[in-house]
Amino acid sequence: MIENKILGEPRPRVDGALKVTGRATYAAEFLTDEMAFGYVVQSTIANGKITGINTGKAEGIDGVLKVFTHKNLPDYINENSDYSDPLAPPGKPFRPLFNDNILYNGQPIALVVAETFELARYAAGLVEVTYSEEKFVATLSENLNNAFTEDVPEPPDSRGDAVAAFKKSPFQVEVEYSQPRHYHNPMEPHATTAIWDGEGSLTIYDKIQGVASSKQYVCGVFGLNKEQVRVKSPFVGGAFGSGLRPQYQLFMASLAALELKRNVQVAMTRKQMFSFGHRPTNMQRLKLSADNNGKLTSIQHSSFGETSTFEKFNEIVVDWSGLLYQCDNVKLDYQLVPVQGYTPIDTRAPGGTTGVYALECAIDELAEKAGIDPLEFRLINYAERDQNEDKPFTSKELRECYKQCADKFDWSKRKAKPRSIKKGNNLVGYGMATGVWEAMQKKASVKAKFSNDGKLEVSTATADIGTGTYTVMSQIASKYFGIEIENITFELGDTELPESPIEGGSWTVSSVGSAVKNVCEALQGKLFLMAQKNDPKHFQDIKKEDVTFNNGKIHLKDGTAVSYTEVLEKANEPSLSITIQEKPKDERDDYSAYAHCCVMVEVHVDEELGVIRVPRVVNASAAGKIINPKTAENQLLGATVWGIGMALEEEGMVDKNFGRIMNANLAEYHIPVNADIKDIEIIFVEEDDEIVNPLGAKGVGELGMVGVASAISNAVYNATGKRIRELPIKLDHLL
Amino acid sequence: MNNFTYQKPDSIKNAVTAAQPPTSKIIAGGTNLVDLMKYRVENPDEIIDITGLALDTIDTLSSGGLRLGALVTNADTAYHKEVEKNYPLLSEAILAGASTQLRNKATDGGNLMQRTRCYYFYDTATPCNKREPGSGCSALKGFNRIHAILGESEHCIATHPSDMCVALAALDATVNVTGEDGDREIPILDFHRLPGDKPEKDNNLKPGDVITSIDLPEKGFSENYGYLKVRDRESYAFALVSVAAALELDGDTIKDIRVALGGVAHKPWRKPEIEKKLIGKPATEESFKILAQELLKGAKGYGDNDFKITLAPRAIVRALMNAKNKTKSND
Repeated sequence: MIENKILGEPRPRVDGALKVTGRATYAAEFLTDEMAFGYVVQSTIANGKITGINTGKAEGIDGVLKVFTHKNLPDYINENSDYSDPLAPPGKPFRPLFNDNILYNGQPIALVVAETFELARYAAGLVEVTYSEEKFVATLSENLNNAFTEDVPEPPDSRGDAVAAFKKSPFQVEVEYSQPRHYHNPMEPHATTAIWDGEGSLTIYDKIQGVASSKQYVCGVFGLNKEQVRVKSPFVGGAFGSGLRPQYQLFMASLAALELKRNVQVAMTRKQMFSFGHRPTNMQRLKLSADNNGKLTSIQHSSFGETSTFEKFNEIVVDWSGLLYQCDNVKLDYQLVPVQGYTPIDTRAPGGTTGVYALECAIDELAEKAGIDPLEFRLINYAERDQNEDKPFTSKELRECYKQCADKFDWSKRKAKPRSIKKGNNLVGYGMATGVWEAMQKKASVKAKFSNDGKLEVSTATADIGTGTYTVMSQIASKYFGIEIENITFELGDTELPESPIEGGSWTVSSVGSAVKNVCEALQGKLFLMAQKNDPKHFQDIKKEDVTFNNGKIHLKDGTAVSYTEVLEKANEPSLSITIQEKPKDERDDYSAYAHCCVMVEVHVDEELGVIRVPRVVNASAAGKIINPKTAENQLLGATVWGIGMALEEEGMVDKNFGRIMNANLAEYHIPVNADIKDIEIIFVEEDDEIVNPLGAKGVGELGMVGVASAISNAVYNATGKRIRELPIKLDHLL
Repeated sequence: MNNFTYQKPDSIKNAVTAAQPPTSKIIAGGTNLVDLMKYRVENPDEIIDITGLALDTIDTLSSGGLRLGALVTNADTAYHKEVEKNYPLLSEAILAGASTQLRNKATDGGNLMQRTRCYYFYDTATPCNKREPGSGCSALKGFNRIHAILGESEHCIATHPSDMCVALAALDATVNVTGEDGDREIPILDFHRLPGDKPEKDNNLKPGDVITSIDLPEKGFSENYGYLKVRDRESYAFALVSVAAALELDGDTIKDIRVALGGVAHKPWRKPEIEKKLIGKPATEESFKILAQELLKGAKGYGDNDFKITLAPRAIVRALMNAKNKTKSND
């Protein structure tokens, strides 16, 4: 008998062929006959009221079905309508077309529905709008005076006396860092196809990271009951957080379908992808100090994050500073600043990317002041426990990450003095940073059904946003049910399936994967009982623990085996199924669980022209058991690329005078292109973890992004001797 | 996007008759026009598709030199054997622009006609004198990092975004057009214009003019040349500053020199009178610095783009040194 080693194998994606042949269907691809198309009209002012909206010209066009505005919203949408979703922050969710109020520039103010997309787009240009404008503040830096903490989750309590410790320490750093908005821009723009099922019922194909969120929203807003709404989302072309909350195209398509009693599709344009949630603009202040031995004596970290005027979006930014290093004097502060814009939304490694960026740059600055190599400095201050929570870690192989990363990168070749290495026109710099992300687990329900044709169906309402959910869940099922992966179908993205958490936070493998493991083992248990009942003599005195399940057979110790399908046939059952819910174990509460990584980068900066390039990145990650090194590496590579973009390119440009995002397209909103990306090497550091969850696996999707921007900033300093404390770092800064 | 009529003339003459701005627009590759129509920046009533005209060949001129048909794609031009051999500067400039996909579709005539990438020009919700004369210039007090430092006016500080045109300017190309009054030749330096008080006019074409070809003179500077493009990412980004540099050397002495700049003005920026002063001088960093300084005379920043005043002279010197030493900046 061969052991099933599928966990840890670099398996290709089970849905890969569907994707590359265009047969994977995304939200805007569920076209039917009789489909109508909506096009969204957006506001051109940031604050004020609509004084007039003339839809006559648009509605006069042949083929235009209706123009929806705040003036013709049906009565069943009113003050009692519930616009919330599971991830709504404190405040009042945005209500599209609800009234004449303009809350941000680019706000959807009308939906033109027509027989074709082109007609709808044409007619949308004929809608005439007049406004009365009011003053506003659209940028964080202009509104820091109005920062607030009301309804904002408090960071961990202060410990020790950071202010006093800072004052008497020989080495001090007091710095301010800032970063701009980021827009997710997944390859697939947001879209909703609402299928009118008659009698006020809808089947909705939505771009969303959790179908339950869309369903809750549609039921709440339109007053429909649970039986009337089904939401599906079998494939999501990237989301990165933009699909964590229902976006306005869901409202628009559902409204039009219900009102017109037709199938309606509303897809956002690329430009409209800049008209909702984003990673917030952020400004941070840090004060760090160390003693003569390089021991951290104090950390003070405060963060000011952008939010909208109607919701209080928060993320975990400063907590990492109390976690990552051993330090007895810590003071953390987190505040929000309202601006005239849409509410931010979680964006890959929300908060961590932001907070650790500033912390890891400041650590580099402090290490330099103390005259200690930045790697050595981090080892001196290595945290063995989570001091925020006063708990041990479930596992933490960060020290090994530092070691393997440094070996591979050849960190010892780094020169402490900036501008020490020149290569042609370029100054060469080395930089490093630590990355960290919480290893969370949520409760999840999964159904497993084995049929007499030898096929296993495993299903739950989770999502695959490109991360490889279909693949790794199939691997886990193969391992823990004991059949070949080719005989497994994994189904997701449908509200008819058992409940799963929203796909986010890098918790899907941990949460859903653990449930898949347990449901498969439970199904084995049922199968075993059935086999025993079929053949009591053969199975006499044999317990489940005495047999092994592999290759679709139950293997007994006497060398005999009975196949799963034989068991069903003998019992005259066409199939066997079970649904279970898996929750985090209580034991977990006594521990803190995090994944860690070390990032080292080499940058080249053209001394005269300031042009920055990143020829080399090494990332060593410790994230528990890696279920599929291929999809996991893919996640870390993608995150590293985004990190390079964050460091050097990405910037949502909000014009102060108009409150508009001025680079709302992929020509001007820069993300790395292939030519920007050179060598990236990912190392998986072995990490055994028996506590974090039954699989021992931690997520990697977000981890890989945390630390990259700081490593690059630190390398730019090492190359040029210039500390650039704002992102993105541009050549302008280095001339 | 507005509704429009579509016609595909079968002769240059019919194209000229059909093409009557401002209500009509000529389309070839459409890589810029279609975007602008989707954004409602351009709202033509009639689209004149000239891709049926026989303007898609590259031919040798009897006087020496090369004629690039207006409909030859940027990709076919850049990879054309004669261009690669005799006008590598042009080839390099084209390949520094846009992306592979765009260059496969975009035409040489269309490249001359592409419009600025000013953020405000692209957004109909903001004032822009180029898009809507008299409405004001939002870039003056807004984002102007990618904007002009030379030749701009209080009405417009936009730049011309082309790479190809910068090389054409350095090479002294000629644009051939056919209009209502017959054929005309427009020297490349007179083709685009500075904004002045009419920023809505990018160039000196007359209503009805159709670009038929671009002529390259015999002298291609194929020995000592360099196109240097400084930008925020390695590909698919417009130039912050670009330099087309060409040298003809006699030992270490300058026999001829050309320098054109992109990303700094409403048109490719070149001053032949400054170049002339360098003829006979040694091809050294010192000489190039003097030229750079003179070429940047009068440069003015608007805040975000101040850095270009520092960057441009350095880029000029680098490009000329690369041309002299036959090196590339990425080496």
